[in-house]
Amino acid sequence: MAIPTALRFVEPQALAYRRTWRASVVSNFLNPVLYLLAMGAGLGTLVDESADPSGMGISYLAWLGPGLLAAQAMQTGAGESSFPIMAGFKWRKSYVAVMNTPLDATDIFVSTYVWIVVRVLQVSAIYAAVLVAFGVTEPLGAVLGTLTATLTGAAFATPIMAFTSRLEDDTGLSHLFRFGVVPLFLFSGTFFPISQLPELVRPLAYATPLWHGVELSRSVALGMETTFPWWASVGFLVIWAVVGAIFALPQFRRRLVV
Amino acid sequence: MGEPLVEARNLTKRFGTFTAVDSVDFTIERGEVFGFLGPNGAGKSSTMRMIGATSPITEGQLKVFGLDPNADGREIRARLGVVPQEDMLDEELTVTDNLTIYGRYFSLPRSVIKPRVDELLEFAQLTEKRDAKVEALSGGMKRRLTIARALISNPELVILDEPTTGLDPQARHVLWDRLYRLKQRGATLIITTHYMDEAEQLCDRLVVMDGGRIAAEGSPAELIDRHATPEVLEVRLDVDDHAGREADFAGIGSRTEVLADRILLYVEHADEALQEVRAKGIIPAATVKRRAGLEDVFLHLTGRTLVD
Amino acid sequence: MTPTESRAMGARVIPSVVRPTYRAQHVLERNWIASGAFWKVMIAGFFEPVFYLLAIGVGLGAMIGDITLADGTSVPYAAFVAPGMLAASAMNAAVMESTFNVFFKFKYGRVYQAMLATPIGAGDIAVGEIGWSLFRGFVYSATFLAVMGVMGLTESWWAIGALLGTTLIGLAFGAVGMAAVTFMRSWQDFDLITFVTLPLFLFSATFYPIEVYPPWLQTVATFSPLYHGAELVRGFALGRFDPSMLTNALVLASMATVGAIIAVRRLGRLLLS
Repeated sequence: MAIPTALRFVEPQALAYRRTWRASVVSNFLNPVLYLLAMGAGLGTLVDESADPSGMGISYLAWLGPGLLAAQAMQTGAGESSFPIMAGFKWRKSYVAVMNTPLDATDIFVSTYVWIVVRVLQVSAIYAAVLVAFGVTEPLGAVLGTLTATLTGAAFATPIMAFTSRLEDDTGLSHLFRFGVVPLFLFSGTFFPISQLPELVRPLAYATPLWHGVELSRSVALGMETTFPWWASVGFLVIWAVVGAIFALPQFRRRLVV
Repeated sequence: MGEPLVEARNLTKRFGTFTAVDSVDFTIERGEVFGFLGPNGAGKSSTMRMIGATSPITEGQLKVFGLDPNADGREIRARLGVVPQEDMLDEELTVTDNLTIYGRYFSLPRSVIKPRVDELLEFAQLTEKRDAKVEALSGGMKRRLTIARALISNPELVILDEPTTGLDPQARHVLWDRLYRLKQRGATLIITTHYMDEAEQLCDRLVVMDGGRIAAEGSPAELIDRHATPEVLEVRLDVDDHAGREADFAGIGSRTEVLADRILLYVEHADEALQEVRAKGIIPAATVKRRAGLEDVFLHLTGRTLVD
Repeated sequence: MTPTESRAMGARVIPSVVRPTYRAQHVLERNWIASGAFWKVMIAGFFEPVFYLLAIGVGLGAMIGDITLADGTSVPYAAFVAPGMLAASAMNAAVMESTFNVFFKFKYGRVYQAMLATPIGAGDIAVGEIGWSLFRGFVYSATFLAVMGVMGLTESWWAIGALLGTTLIGLAFGAVGMAAVTFMRSWQDFDLITFVTLPLFLFSATFYPIEVYPPWLQTVATFSPLYHGAELVRGFALGRFDPSMLTNALVLASMATVGAIIAVRRLGRLLLS
């Protein structure tokens, strides 16, 4: 059975991933374990003495865990849709090489995006499993959390693909992480509720996809009330993904077909 | 002879206001090795990329396998093998993985790819390196791997863009030998090059390109016959600048060309010409007697040398 | 002793390939020229601490309140965590500079191979690269410290002494990072570096006092070089001096010495093999 052209570039990426999968899985596992131990258990003992961010009487560790799950999905989505894309266009030129085969720019875009989503799914699933091991959530919450986290990562991937596909070198990428990804990680309600933010900047948090991802994640893992209905947050993330794709796809074509 | 594999009429490629390929015509038949000879920037690569259906045609007509690259690019590419100017191999994967992955783009089943990889590794003299990472290979080996990669889908037509640029002389000869074997098997090849020796060795027929236009077309022998004399006498004088010295050689040979460091005399017999030079009382600092080549054709057509 | 004499003496003791020839400044100069617009580094050095101090120090700090220190006094959480993050960023910067960047130059730029074709020796390269990473680290840390000062997270002018701590951290991690990179074969090996630096970053009294650990784990934490770095930097930043800070400094200095010796030896062997 022939694989459709739009998906034919997925297998090579999986094959390339094979050479690093062990280290990757180990770090995908150690990362949540270490963060939950340090920030959740360690720092959490100090938080729990004086505050209750969930308002439900649960520990800081349990509150932080699902937030970090969504944040990790964003970081994976951002990481996979930045440097590897740059490599495909510019450093290894694998995309340029593939253009000499029956595949075209749309196939490359679709396959690349599918692979990014697969990677986010994998990282999120491991993270969610660690949350279960820490007693933060039940298996059902972990499965749903994996899905909402994957959606969060997928919502970040297309806009960043659009951004990266315009760049000529990686200085733009370090700006993206320094002024985009890192502030989002810090201020989207992951470590502290956005009610701590000054009232003026709070609407900014509502506009960021990560905050919605964090809300959804806490809702499915902990049963917390969300600020907006769940479908609104899901829809918001889907819109980010679709709008990003609308910008990214023509950009891929422009860059590869000259 | 049947339908030509590639047929171009008034083929034109523009990037903004810059015209890279300026209304060229050529026809490539099945089973021949066809060359595009010209300096860097002559429009060879742009022409190749249009034939390879990766670069849209701005104006004119191009048929590859009787198909239109702007409309049927996918089908054309499925029947082509391309050796791009840059290898663009996956440096961190093994030699075998690189070939296998490429085969998968053509939707070949693994059962077909496996024996073909063995065969191509043999052909590219890389069997011993099959499990090595590409980054560990020499430049010549990488180039041979790129050729093997282009052959994985059993293409009807193979396009090679500057196949030996950047290789040392020995690696070039190994590569030429492989390409010669391909030719003997009856493959149709299109080669761009700015090396005249490469064009002379490999091409049945070629076009000389300059500034986006085709300056001449024919077999290497025909072109030399038409645009040069059988032999060339190169004379170097003991002066700083050779310009204006051609008058000293009036009456010798059919034509002279003046370069910065020497004067070329186009003659029937270089030995006799040298005697005539001496008879005029000129004492050259150095002389070279040689047969005329494509370099001379290019010089005659454009007034410039190929490699500068 | 003139430089020529000392060089001649050195020739007998140290193998000639490794012997520094007092040309490290040229390696520094090359990096300075290649770094392009230096103000970009400065801007990066400004925004990062602002983001982290606001989020972790102020945002998260509001849920924590005050931290009681070993001497019984207490400080706001932001004032506690700021020196910890300063120490951690000094470590991260030194590790990045001495591993990823050096490996890249080794593998792709072939900068060193070109340098070795000149009178510059492997020793000069090692000294030059560590010096460069120290310089950048110093500028970054000074900016970080200034931001802390503006945010009112330092206690007195003694806080400037924290730069001594960050410099020692830079030296220690830069030298060990450089020694480690000589063992690296491919980019995949860099995962190992993350496996080491991430736990150090999280568990070395950077975000909370190690007193929250059970006693045995507190002992384990004292084996972390970053713990010593964080304690040293914090001592200066909060103006609370303790004789144990001498131990902290000594630990980092020994680490720097051992790392540098290994780095210079290995680098010489690698570059000239």
